Amino acid sequence: MQIIKREGTSTKQIIMIRLIAIIAAIIVSGIFIVFLGYNPVKVYVNMISGALGSKIRFRATLLEMVPLVITSLGILVAFKMKFWNIGGEGQILMGAFGATYIALFVDWIPKPLVIPVMFIVGFLAGGIWGIIPAFFKANFGANETIMTLMLNYIATQWITYLQYGPWRDPDLKGFAKIANFPDHALLPKVFGIHIGLIISLVLVIIISWFLRRTKRGFEISVVGESVSTARYAGMDISRIIITTMLLSGGLCGITGVIQAAGVNKTLTMNVSSGYGFTAVITTYLSGLRAQRVLIVSFLFAILLQGGSYIQSALQIPQAAADVLQGMILFCALGSEFFVNYKVRFRKNSISSEVK
Amino acid sequence: MNKTYVEMKNICKTFGVIRANRNVNFSVYEGEIHGLLGENGAGKSTLVNMLSGIYTPDSGSIFIHGEQVNIHSPKHAIELGIGMIHQHFKLIDVLTAAENVLLGHSQSVFISNKSRIKSIQNVMEKYGMEIDLNKRIMDMSVSEKQTVEILKVLYRGSKILILDEPTAVLTPQEIDKLFTVLKNLAETGCAIIIITHKLNEIMSVTDRVTVLRQGETVSTLETRKTNIRELTELMVGKPVNLSIERIHSRKGDLLLSVKGLTALGEHNVPVLDNVTFDLYEGEILGVAGVAGSGQKELCETIAGLYPVEKGDIYFKGENIVGFSPREIIKRGVSMSFIPEDRLGMGLVPSMNMIDNMLLKDYVNQPGITVNRKPAKEKAERVSKRLEIQAPSIYTAIRKLSGGNIQKVLLGREIDANPHLLITAYPVRGLDIGASYNIYDLLKEQKQKGVGILYIGEDLDVLIELCDRIMVLCDGKVTGITGSESITKEGLGLMMAGETLSSIKKGDVVCKS
Repeated sequence: MQIIKREGTSTKQIIMIRLIAIIAAIIVSGIFIVFLGYNPVKVYVNMISGALGSKIRFRATLLEMVPLVITSLGILVAFKMKFWNIGGEGQILMGAFGATYIALFVDWIPKPLVIPVMFIVGFLAGGIWGIIPAFFKANFGANETIMTLMLNYIATQWITYLQYGPWRDPDLKGFAKIANFPDHALLPKVFGIHIGLIISLVLVIIISWFLRRTKRGFEISVVGESVSTARYAGMDISRIIITTMLLSGGLCGITGVIQAAGVNKTLTMNVSSGYGFTAVITTYLSGLRAQRVLIVSFLFAILLQGGSYIQSALQIPQAAADVLQGMILFCALGSEFFVNYKVRFRKNSISSEVK
Repeated sequence: MNKTYVEMKNICKTFGVIRANRNVNFSVYEGEIHGLLGENGAGKSTLVNMLSGIYTPDSGSIFIHGEQVNIHSPKHAIELGIGMIHQHFKLIDVLTAAENVLLGHSQSVFISNKSRIKSIQNVMEKYGMEIDLNKRIMDMSVSEKQTVEILKVLYRGSKILILDEPTAVLTPQEIDKLFTVLKNLAETGCAIIIITHKLNEIMSVTDRVTVLRQGETVSTLETRKTNIRELTELMVGKPVNLSIERIHSRKGDLLLSVKGLTALGEHNVPVLDNVTFDLYEGEILGVAGVAGSGQKELCETIAGLYPVEKGDIYFKGENIVGFSPREIIKRGVSMSFIPEDRLGMGLVPSMNMIDNMLLKDYVNQPGITVNRKPAKEKAERVSKRLEIQAPSIYTAIRKLSGGNIQKVLLGREIDANPHLLITAYPVRGLDIGASYNIYDLLKEQKQKGVGILYIGEDLDVLIELCDRIMVLCDGKVTGITGSESITKEGLGLMMAGETLSSIKKGDVVCKS
């Protein structure tokens, strides 16, 4: 048996491999479900209907998709530059922190302008959280993976400190919670879904255009491919790294604003709830293409929403639902291997080539 | 008569519509160094890849030690005693030479142990090779790495060695060393196949040579009964004029004046030491020197990519030291440096020709978006002018052959209409036709009044192509001389550190 690198896989082959992966995931998970004592068909049907079955469920799935899409776009911009930003969590929290400050503690802004200002401040706060590792990487060659990861913990602790300390709502006696946002600081709704959905769709278009058509986008690709070539072409590497991370962190920050002002209605640790890490997976699966982020995030949202639905509908324990999600993810990521490599079986006899 | 180690009969191989090999016949004897000669795309690599198990022939038969075999995998080839030394080394940087040799061969958990190292040393002794087995690959020079590659193959007991363009990345001295090793190997009974398109190497090291053209064997000749002219004709298919006609153009104004340029490398050792020279418009100034004498740093300091410790660089009277690379590009300085791996600097491998053309130009476009239309025109123009062979201008550069990649880079730099063109190793690894094509392009630029700084390896070419030659040794200029008044040997001495005045006294190596 040999493992051989594929020389350019055709689109048809890629689609086939992905389909086989999905079928494999369904079968393997089905066996697992049977062992748990459930009917796999029933579980799958419930998962789908739990995510898409009614207007409310569909809305919930879309709400789950929004933070994934925007965070993925932020991560994508950084990954395109081969800057391994795994600090989405921290950037989301800092974005939410910035928005919360405006929503709760600044009262001189005219009410209609509060939300736009929250977005701007949230973007900048997330962006600054992205610029910190970028600055150290650009000037001292610091490892961005470690730095972005560590900054997550600082952001987490900072929010916890605010929640139990200075920002604790005094009206809630004995319960450590930051006050809810006033109504004018909550995201307006369109068709029952907060405007975060529209924002996420617009951002997909903007980022796709930005990476493909603008000079900055071109620079990001060149730096990502070869720093020495970028330098040779006269590009200012430090500036590019820092501005790109402002954008990357800023986009994650916008997720924070939307989650705080649209879903949680206040600043809590739930604002990020793992999106910063999940988005790394969705970004990777999208193959660093902005439009595909949308599709992958939607499928992922179905998985998350359907998974939590079967917990309550069929009394499947949460751990089992997580295993299901994990297996499906494993097959999806595993198919990536077969897109890049093929396995060849052959015996030592004449002309037994199997392609 | 010696035993036949390898025999390939009527080998055919097609890739899609391309017939890479058509009825190729080829045999190698014990103790022989056999040259495979041919232009790019003549089918040399395809042929040896079938020997090393990477491809299988569509038809035809292969005999190893007289026995018909069907080589189905590289592993099988190794078992048959066929070892391939690729142009791009397949070594692991962080491991030592010994660990690399043992890698994949050793069955035990621990990679190194005394008895194995002893057996490697035995192999080295047997073939008269020298290398520090405890040195890490990343600390090695190119030629040392190659030695490790050869050792790796020998340690596995290969008696048939295939070397794919082994000299493309070596200096003249390193080539000599390699050839000594190869001759030793042949004497002890190995059969060696060497792929190259450098004729003088064929002449100096091989016993027999097989010429391929457009996938077919043209002829197999005994090296001592042939000459360079005949081989060239067989290879190209028509008589070729091998001399470079020097164009005498009017010497223009002073373009570049470098004064006391000093730059530091690792551990603050000077890599450029008080370098002073002038370059005029319409002149080709050649730079000769052993690899690593400061050529790279010289190019990069002028292009603003390497920090200058001391000294001035006047371009058209303006001191450009401390300017950003972009400011220097704007003033009309173009640099194309072909590194050993060909892709290191100047091109983005995963992007297509169009985006690579944009690399320096995009910044001058108005607005915040990039306009790919002019770049597309440029890609078409360059590709037509330099006869670049590519499936299309939308193909990723990485997928082109080495020669075509170089043409893309040089073509882009020339198309920018520079005032000063710095070009390092532009013909590295190119075949004859392509090389002369590049020389013609450079001469054309010279006639237009462009000042050219040409960093080259082939001393014959330097003497024929350049107006003046500057020799670098350990970052110091050992002499600048008119190319008509110096010989190859004279340049060689200067490359080794002798100064021009001292060799002039000897008067043996200078023409009148």
